[in-house]
Amino acid sequence: MRCIEVVELMTDYLEGALSPRERDRFEEHIAGCDGCRAYLGQLRVALRVMSGLAAEPVPARIQEELVAAFRNWKSGNV
Amino acid sequence: MGEGSDLEALRHGDEGAFVELTSRLHGPMLRLAMAYVGDHHVAEDVVQEAWLTAIRSVDRFEGRSSLKTWISGIVINLARARRRKESRLVTFTSLLRGEVGRGPTVDRARFVRDGTWREPPRRWENMPEETLLGKETLARVGVAIDALPAKLREVIVLRDVSGLDNSAVSELLGISAENQRVRLHRARAAVRKALEDYLG
Ligand SMILES: [Zn+2]
Repeated sequence: MRCIEVVELMTDYLEGALSPRERDRFEEHIAGCDGCRAYLGQLRVALRVMSGLAAEPVPARIQEELVAAFRNWKSGNV
Repeated sequence: MGEGSDLEALRHGDEGAFVELTSRLHGPMLRLAMAYVGDHHVAEDVVQEAWLTAIRSVDRFEGRSSLKTWISGIVINLARARRRKESRLVTFTSLLRGEVGRGPTVDRARFVRDGTWREPPRRWENMPEETLLGKETLARVGVAIDALPAKLREVIVLRDVSGLDNSAVSELLGISAENQRVRLHRARAAVRKALEDYLG
């Protein structure tokens, strides 16, 4: 396996979608290749940054309206 | 708090649980809506409408999918409907036809003739947290995601921003696991590239 091919298998690897044989060859390459190991590390950093995007506060105006709607629903339901 | 207890709390009218849930899911749902409508205010509207829809129908929700998956589905439906309705989003809609794309995801110039790295990528793991998770980094990644073709954008938002698993995403979007992986691969490669342009 060459680096140029290994980089295209990264997602399949992270998703656990490689066959056992492919996975062995992939891991063998990674173990001996600083460049591909760094690339995989960069993808993992990208994943962490993206999960950080999820932490966005609800604007107060929206939260108030939602809570009001929730109370309304509750008073009609409970 | 687990999913099941979230659902029970909602059904019993637990306001604290509702506030906690809307806070926790606001970011992912806003990003998801943005993936279809492209306008921040319209996206906020869609998310708000989705919560109102969820409140009204929580008694009918059977809990076969997770609460998060269910609400994501509501957001997707509303956002798609909104996109169709709003003609002023037309320029953005043209982006939505963007195909998945094919070919290598890493610039060929990065490799020498025998397919090994010309210059290996840098290691980011040791960079300070405040750089990696700083405002500027997050903003750059947000912009990179917004610039993706729609088919890639919806997948990466659901998987990597929202944190849904692959089976939930295949079900929500009606695509095969394989198709999802292809899209995810291209999308992640684009986000990594944007990060590299910034972090070096
Ligand atoms: Zn390599």
